[in-house]
Amino acid sequence: MPVKYVIHTKTVPHRFEPVTRSGVIAWEEGCLKCAVCVKTLCIYHVYDHRGLNAYQMIDSIDNECMNCFRCVQSCPKELIHKSVNPEFEAIGDGYWTPNIISRLWYQAETGKIPVSGAGYPGPFSGPGFDSMWTDMSEIVRPTRDGIHGREYISTGVDIGRKPICLTFNREKKLQSEVTGVINIPLPIMLRVPSFGSITGETVNGWAMAAKRLATMLAVPEEEMSPDLEDFAANIIPIVKEKSLRNANVSGQHPVVEIDTTAAAAASREDTVTAGPDRITVVIIPLEEGIEQRALELVEKGFSVLHIEGSRQSTFLDNPSLSLKDGIRAVHLKLVEENVRDQVTLLASGGLAMAEHVAKAIICGADAVYVDFPLLVALECRMCQRCTKDLSCPVHIEEASPEWVALRTINLLGAWHNQLLEVMGAMGIRDARRLRGEAGRAMFFEDLDESTFGSLGELKEGYELE
Amino acid sequence: MNSRKDFTCPEVVETPSRFRNPIGKYRLYRTDDCIACGKCVELCPYGVHVMRRGMVFVEHPYRCVGPDCPEPCYKACPENALSLKRNQDFDALGDFRWTADLLTSTWHMAEFGRVPSAGLEYKIGDSGGGFDKLRLVLPKSEKSSVAEDASGKPDMGLELNRRGDDAHRIRIPVPFYGGGMSFGSVSIHTMLSRVRAAAALGTFCCTGEGGYPDELIPYDDHMITQVATGLFGVREETIQRVKIVEFKYAQGAKPGLGGHLLGDKVTPSVARMREAVVGYPLFSPFPFHSVYSVEDHKKHVDWIKAINPKALVSVKVSTPTDVDMVAVGSYYAGAHIIHLDGSYGGTGAAPDIAKKNIAMPIEYALPKVHRFLEEEGVRDKITVIASGGIRTPHDIAKTIALGADGVCIGTADLVALECVRCHNCESGRGCARGIATTDPELMEQINDDWGTRRIINMYLAWIVELARILKRLNMKSIRELVGRTDCLVHLDYMQKES
Repeated sequence: MPVKYVIHTKTVPHRFEPVTRSGVIAWEEGCLKCAVCVKTLCIYHVYDHRGLNAYQMIDSIDNECMNCFRCVQSCPKELIHKSVNPEFEAIGDGYWTPNIISRLWYQAETGKIPVSGAGYPGPFSGPGFDSMWTDMSEIVRPTRDGIHGREYISTGVDIGRKPICLTFNREKKLQSEVTGVINIPLPIMLRVPSFGSITGETVNGWAMAAKRLATMLAVPEEEMSPDLEDFAANIIPIVKEKSLRNANVSGQHPVVEIDTTAAAAASREDTVTAGPDRITVVIIPLEEGIEQRALELVEKGFSVLHIEGSRQSTFLDNPSLSLKDGIRAVHLKLVEENVRDQVTLLASGGLAMAEHVAKAIICGADAVYVDFPLLVALECRMCQRCTKDLSCPVHIEEASPEWVALRTINLLGAWHNQLLEVMGAMGIRDARRLRGEAGRAMFFEDLDESTFGSLGELKEGYELE
Repeated sequence: MNSRKDFTCPEVVETPSRFRNPIGKYRLYRTDDCIACGKCVELCPYGVHVMRRGMVFVEHPYRCVGPDCPEPCYKACPENALSLKRNQDFDALGDFRWTADLLTSTWHMAEFGRVPSAGLEYKIGDSGGGFDKLRLVLPKSEKSSVAEDASGKPDMGLELNRRGDDAHRIRIPVPFYGGGMSFGSVSIHTMLSRVRAAAALGTFCCTGEGGYPDELIPYDDHMITQVATGLFGVREETIQRVKIVEFKYAQGAKPGLGGHLLGDKVTPSVARMREAVVGYPLFSPFPFHSVYSVEDHKKHVDWIKAINPKALVSVKVSTPTDVDMVAVGSYYAGAHIIHLDGSYGGTGAAPDIAKKNIAMPIEYALPKVHRFLEEEGVRDKITVIASGGIRTPHDIAKTIALGADGVCIGTADLVALECVRCHNCESGRGCARGIATTDPELMEQINDDWGTRRIINMYLAWIVELARILKRLNMKSIRELVGRTDCLVHLDYMQKES
């Protein structure tokens, strides 16, 4: 077996105190000065070394409190209370919720997967990826010695023009040349997000991470700098508004990404002469009718398509349709037309949690791009002040490339392990086999109506309770 | 009501919170304008105000029902000395599934043995789907009033052995029993409280996968012992000691992932019980490495039957897409009980990604299994138990109407012991409130008698509420409710014209 792919993580401390959900309100007025104050009994020692971060105005007790409510419920004068921190509630937006963002911070800091006690506290289902569940298998074991054992689960995928078959000569030697395919060890590629208080240093950090993770980083042409030459093999330049012929940046990049207009303008010969070795990714904006456009591009000779959804994981022209639906539509269209196996489908847009990677692949993507989680890994709060040329509250532009790289590796390490958990539970040992396995997922739209659709009758003389 | 002659339903013993300041939804503030006229003490039906030595105090603010109060003291006060405010601590509690209302109303049930009369939503949570969108359809009150007077208490009993084979005939007088929580994940006091409450009601409680502590031996007749993939603490005598043996194939909170007890919680007593090393994390692998088919599973069941021929065999599985096939396979392998564990329960540590995403909610799995077993013609030969996110008597009624015979309870027991759902059961020394911990200091916060009474009270409140629902439905037995989906309405699919 090939060498097992392991992402080594180590704790990389934050530069700013994270904003946390809970607040503690404790005052002294009326304090009885009990011989044994409830504050001294805190099992997390929250009150023992209380301090104020004067720069961020964060009280250490707010951040360290674990919400056990013991002090609240025991103070004889009821001088301690809990509240929900309004600053926490204000982070992010309706899609990039405070909870998602703070979990990303945790993963980027520790490299560990989020684990908690007690059952799932969240809503029953939700839009997009939240309306699907992944399967598990009662008796199929993923590997002989557990998901982290020696016999491992492969998360590797291939990007590029996949030959439909191989030919051999009489000497049983491989005759067909396999070019224009790269293998990445995890189905996640990095992508410079469309906003953020980032500099060349930040992009450098992400490039370092991409190289160490053996994956790719997509960089818009205008962000390319000479510093990135060391990482050329792991960089995908995103070329805009240029014809395919002119898109061949410098020759060192194995993959180039072009926009859909350039691809539409290209002729079939262009795609052939673009070089058999070079992989050309075509961005298709996620809009209604995308499956037809995808098919046209495939017929034209393009073999790597990148479905680009909105930052909220929806269609760009219709927020009620989700990326999940878009990927499924394209995947099924290509399956119907018998070309699916030659094509690589990439997806991006609002992929904010590790589960989104697994679910995007189940819907039919081969691999995904992550963009904003890379920024959140650097403590971003998705406040978008940078888009208005205002200062970044966590000064991402000052972060060193090494710190950027380590935080990114931690995040991807945690995501990789979570992907293993999901695949292990399903009994699937190869990420390539997860692709399009919609039968191993459960969809809200299929289940809810079929289970409850008939439960809608309220007869005369009856009432609901 | 019950076949056991020596069994009598226990009585409610009022059991207040173990904390000085119980949390309620409202707070009442009293200014110095108070002239201690005692009017509020007289008016309040809930005992919020207390007169002592010529002074009036807001002694039990958590009992206040706020604007729902029929005779609000803060309006009647001649001196305007009382003001009602919402308790901000209340708003910092709870989550979508266990809302602050559900937590405090469960605490109310555990204290008083009855559902809160006003002020709290004790029937549903706020998850926006499944149980929280299902409603019971009941005849309007006046229609059923005659029947209510005529009939006695509805029968809540549940026969667990429906195969009719040589194994024990066990009838539990209530349609629920306690789910598995291992020694290690919870303390011996928590276990004893749950087990003794189960024994008092004549039902059962499961040991979970952490061995069978000697303290539980007096309650053997009410124990279920678990045989799970790690086989921790499983010995011949533990299998022979009990009437029901449960195979745990998977659990709803982390389907397909096995169990994991973090090193910190492997204290000397836990290590001894599990025959392991102190401080080292313990993995319960996934799946059973000796079971790859229904035939292999039958071998397991036969093994239990060889050791304890009279034991009932329960099979606990999670809810994958093929859960219906798993259920019917379990029946043919000889199981008496199929226990479906949905994805929203769970009391130990689990990866967030697994809790949220892996396997389907019990609300979908249960009707699927019920229908499939009916089509196979074996539905009346096996007992279907559901668990995973069942919090209230209304959840129990809905679960049974969706096709279960009974339910398994876990988190609700812990909430009765004043769990606040802080989700830190797994970290460091374990539960700060002494419930899910084996830390010798922390676990002493729970007194066995207190815990037992709290859980009994909650169960009693549930029974009264379930009886009320059955009476409204004109049903004499809870058996009549099984699979009666016509007694349910899902709000999302409710026809507008009716």
